[in-house]
Amino acid sequence: MKFPLSWLRAHLATEASLEIILATLNRIGLEVEGVEDRGAALAAFRIAHVVEAVQHPNADRLRALKVDPGDGKLLSVVCGAPNARAGMKGVVALPGAYIPGTGITLKRGEIRGVASEAMMLSAREMGLGDDHSGIVDLPEDTPLGESYVTWAGLDDPVIEISVTPNRGDALGVRGVARDLAAAGLGTLQPLPTPAVAPAYASPLRWEIADPRACDYVLGRAIRGLRNGPSPKWLQDWLVAIGQRPINALVDVTNLFTFGLGRPLHVFDVAKVKGGTLTMRMARAGEVLAALNGKEYALTPEDGVIADAAGPEALGGIIGGAPTGCDETTTECFIECALFDPVRIALSGRRHDIRTDARARFERGVDPALPPLALDLATELMIQLCGGEASEVAAAGTPPAWQRSATLRFERLAGLGGAEVPPDEAVGALERLGFTVEARDAAKVAVAIPSWRNDIAGCGALDQFPGLKPERARAAAEGCAVIEPEADLVEEVLRLRGLDAIPPVSLPTAGIVPPPALTPKQARAVLARRVLAARGMLDCVSFGFLEAKIAALFGATPETLHLENPIAADLDQMRPTPVASLALAAARSAARGWPDVALAELGAAYRDPSPEGQLAVAAGVRAGHTPRHWAEASRPVDAMDAKGDALAVLSALGVPMAALSVTADAPGFYHPGRSGVVRQGPKTVLATFGELHPKIRAALDIAGPAVAFEVFLDAVPEPKKRKKGAPDLPAFQPLRRDFAFLVDATVPAEALLRAARNADKALIADVMLFDRYAGDKLPEGKVSLAIQVTLQPREATLTDADIEAVAGKIVAAVVKATGAALRG
Amino acid sequence: MSDDLQALRAETAELLAAAADLRAWDAVRVATLGRSGRLTGLLKGLGAVPAEQRKERGAALNRLKGELEAAIEARRLALEEAALDARLAAERLDVTLPPRPAAPAGEGGIHPISRTFEELVALFGAQGFSVAEGPDIESDWLNFSALNIPDHHPARQDHDTFYLPAGPDGRRPVLRTHTSPVQARTMLSQEPPIRVIVPGRTWRADHDATHSPMFHQVEGLVIDRHIHLGHLKGCLIDFLRAFFGIADLPVRFRASYFPFTEPSMEVDIGWNRKTGALGAGGDWLEILGSGMVHPKVLANCGLDPREWQGFAFGMGIERITMLKHGMPDLRPFYESDLRWLRHWASDPLSPPSLAEGV
Repeated sequence: MKFPLSWLRAHLATEASLEIILATLNRIGLEVEGVEDRGAALAAFRIAHVVEAVQHPNADRLRALKVDPGDGKLLSVVCGAPNARAGMKGVVALPGAYIPGTGITLKRGEIRGVASEAMMLSAREMGLGDDHSGIVDLPEDTPLGESYVTWAGLDDPVIEISVTPNRGDALGVRGVARDLAAAGLGTLQPLPTPAVAPAYASPLRWEIADPRACDYVLGRAIRGLRNGPSPKWLQDWLVAIGQRPINALVDVTNLFTFGLGRPLHVFDVAKVKGGTLTMRMARAGEVLAALNGKEYALTPEDGVIADAAGPEALGGIIGGAPTGCDETTTECFIECALFDPVRIALSGRRHDIRTDARARFERGVDPALPPLALDLATELMIQLCGGEASEVAAAGTPPAWQRSATLRFERLAGLGGAEVPPDEAVGALERLGFTVEARDAAKVAVAIPSWRNDIAGCGALDQFPGLKPERARAAAEGCAVIEPEADLVEEVLRLRGLDAIPPVSLPTAGIVPPPALTPKQARAVLARRVLAARGMLDCVSFGFLEAKIAALFGATPETLHLENPIAADLDQMRPTPVASLALAAARSAARGWPDVALAELGAAYRDPSPEGQLAVAAGVRAGHTPRHWAEASRPVDAMDAKGDALAVLSALGVPMAALSVTADAPGFYHPGRSGVVRQGPKTVLATFGELHPKIRAALDIAGPAVAFEVFLDAVPEPKKRKKGAPDLPAFQPLRRDFAFLVDATVPAEALLRAARNADKALIADVMLFDRYAGDKLPEGKVSLAIQVTLQPREATLTDADIEAVAGKIVAAVVKATGAALRG
Repeated sequence: MSDDLQALRAETAELLAAAADLRAWDAVRVATLGRSGRLTGLLKGLGAVPAEQRKERGAALNRLKGELEAAIEARRLALEEAALDARLAAERLDVTLPPRPAAPAGEGGIHPISRTFEELVALFGAQGFSVAEGPDIESDWLNFSALNIPDHHPARQDHDTFYLPAGPDGRRPVLRTHTSPVQARTMLSQEPPIRVIVPGRTWRADHDATHSPMFHQVEGLVIDRHIHLGHLKGCLIDFLRAFFGIADLPVRFRASYFPFTEPSMEVDIGWNRKTGALGAGGDWLEILGSGMVHPKVLANCGLDPREWQGFAFGMGIERITMLKHGMPDLRPFYESDLRWLRHWASDPLSPPSLAEGV
């Protein structure tokens, strides 16, 4: 919403400076978006008198002037303008002034031997148009020495505010003026009270065939008019806010749209077919040729104004071209109607028509204004175009807009945190147009002004369907009482300024607050730290990606395919964060950084339900480990990914000994080099492995790449048991090594478990310290070497004891895996 | 199709099926489509065919050529697939082996968004908030209706909502446009008093230098019996000054409008427009929206506004992160470029702590 200051002053008598006005607008909730002050750049320019103009002694095309800038001290000015002459009034710039049209800051100078102490300006040099045929030639009686900007009326800054969706009334200059007056910035000027004498019966009548299309409409014709350009003041205002002046009748309707927030429409009576304008719903197949030059195929949900030929306007949104007013119009018919805001919003959205009328009707216009607005418009149109007015044609009934609300004064502190004296609160409401219906020491009941449909508007609740009926009813009753009061509290507080409310720190139950995170949330944060501490970079990537890529990493159900993606490569909710990280690894390699370790604590999407969104700690490593003299570089492999996954699980308190690994990982992994980490047969805690060569090929990852996922939702909450005493046996442990020859297909874990379980009392730990496969062994066999730690508790072990337990270990391993002890 | 063509088709199919590896397959390909292949021979012989039959036979040959090429290509893909499967099977690794005791060396770090998450938790946690969460995919009731944004409300258009296909109830789920649906989830799932923050992912169909289609917000919700607007101001001032580490950071509250709060306020902090420095620079920078929870929102979620009241706020996590660290550009946040990550990441061993400084 834009308006020049002069338009605001037409409604608001105020002494306040522009700065104060802007600060107040910001304070009361009409946020200032910007101020365009054309005059500011010209503030230094004064009206001057050319006292003498003679030929420059040394240049044919120049003149030497003596100029009086207003203080009587004559300045020497060299000027090239052909129209410079003695006795004329013009505009002078003194040294130091910035010349907007040339971008130069003026300096005192000398031109071919004659001093030039100032500059006489052309319109172009002031940035006021293209005229550079000569210097500005002002009338004789222009006041010498005055600011040019003031004299020319350019000191009219244009203010732009953003109006929040609840404040339809502030989409008119008058509404803004009223708010400023209520905030103490002057007085709202009363609207004139026109007296229009009807001279003839209206040539058109209204019919409301469908109340959905319109509740209430007034109209009046003016005949015998001449529709030419509107006067300069009106054109200036419209131009200042970016509107194109069209003709007097149309410009007046715009004056009302922006001035009073009351859109009007004018029909050319001669172009309307038949004697009736009908408010009805459009019929399928009807088309409106609108004033914006476009054609709209209407639907039965659109309310229209129709004549005998069909729809002539999309009611409250846009008028039709065939019946519009132009220079040939001699009889017009003014329409002033009320429309259902919701229907206007939906129709406007359906056809994507954004007009100033729609913006106002969908927020709600003043339902009590139509009779006065129609009279005011009639009077102004007759004043500008001549002619005489008809009687008023009306249909429908004015809606019942009257409402009241009650404010308990203690609520200003109770809800608003502000101690406001009751008189001040009531005064503020009255200045906003509320009228007191009843008041006592504790509360005031006020009638709500017609233009404030946002106050106590009581749009319907939309309560959660699962609420218990009595609970829902109590809440609804409470809302009906509290909402209008909250509206009033807001009005009082915003006029005072919310900055005036003293801040109060939140009361806390104690100095030390309880933990902010649930144990589960804390585990997620810990998982991220564990991975970062393992050298991985924490990433945040989009949860959607290209469906084709997503499909490489898992199921891509249609229910997770966006209906309106913003880009073709962001159209599918991802099945796993691994997909995003693999893409990032590919991009990194393409940039020359193939060695990456990326992790993300993100979402995987299985279906659109809340349970279908999984919290996953995922990672991708690609390329090689760093080169270093003490440690050889090597390709990353599946064991790195397994290490990452297990490190997270271990940090989250998962009992590691109870985990098992199976080889049925998802299809985006290499089938022979990937695993699933399980707790029990059903619970999948993690997956890990090399990325499938097909995935690497599809994403253009040339080197090795591995990945893992840890499903945080599946990780059970650690049992909150107190730790027992540590196991600190008095006897030294004993370590024995064993090497077994075993089929390469036997999982190492099976061998380790067999050894571990061979004697639970004595065996404290089993560790795989060597794995060998090669030509020295029979085909299909590997050698696995383990170190077993024996921990005696009652006495030092004898050779026989050791012999016995070694035998048990070998027997258990042989039985479980078919291995043979290597000699 | 004439007999000789049908025979060629059938015989090629047999040969292809019999080709067990890529070498055998290539022999079939050459014998059929190669320079002296059978099909090539038939095509060459077309000139000798009587003119009246030439057109028909030519068309038939072309059709056959297409079919054979497709069959040969399909067989190649199948053989390659089989070869890959065989190779992968041979590459089997015993995944039950214990992993290495240490991770590969590398510079890890925490993403600035994650860092801000943790700082938010620390600073609001100190004010007695706990963290609530909700899903990214929400019903339109939770995302809009519960929050007093009915179907026709202009705010629904402003939100640039992403939609998913309609479910069995005929309503289209949305990618939540703000973290505010968790307000409703919280009020429906626990009795007041409530004091939660909701940091999380949010989505809007807007993509340019200052907007990302996925971004992050933190929501705050306090519901109690005697919480008023002064508490809202105190809570936010306490947070903003601690977060930005400026004890006298100017904070300004302006009346505004949001469908789900009343009164509503926009909150500005002081800065210097020219230098970008936060503090008493003479200019104001809008940073978040807030207000007292709208009675309709309370009632929609089953709370009686006569008994309960409170405040809510929401701010952009990227925005406060960029302001705090002087980060110029939004887009790289989501690009996982390791150079950017290394530059802006923070040390995982130094998480925010009130004792050590946030």
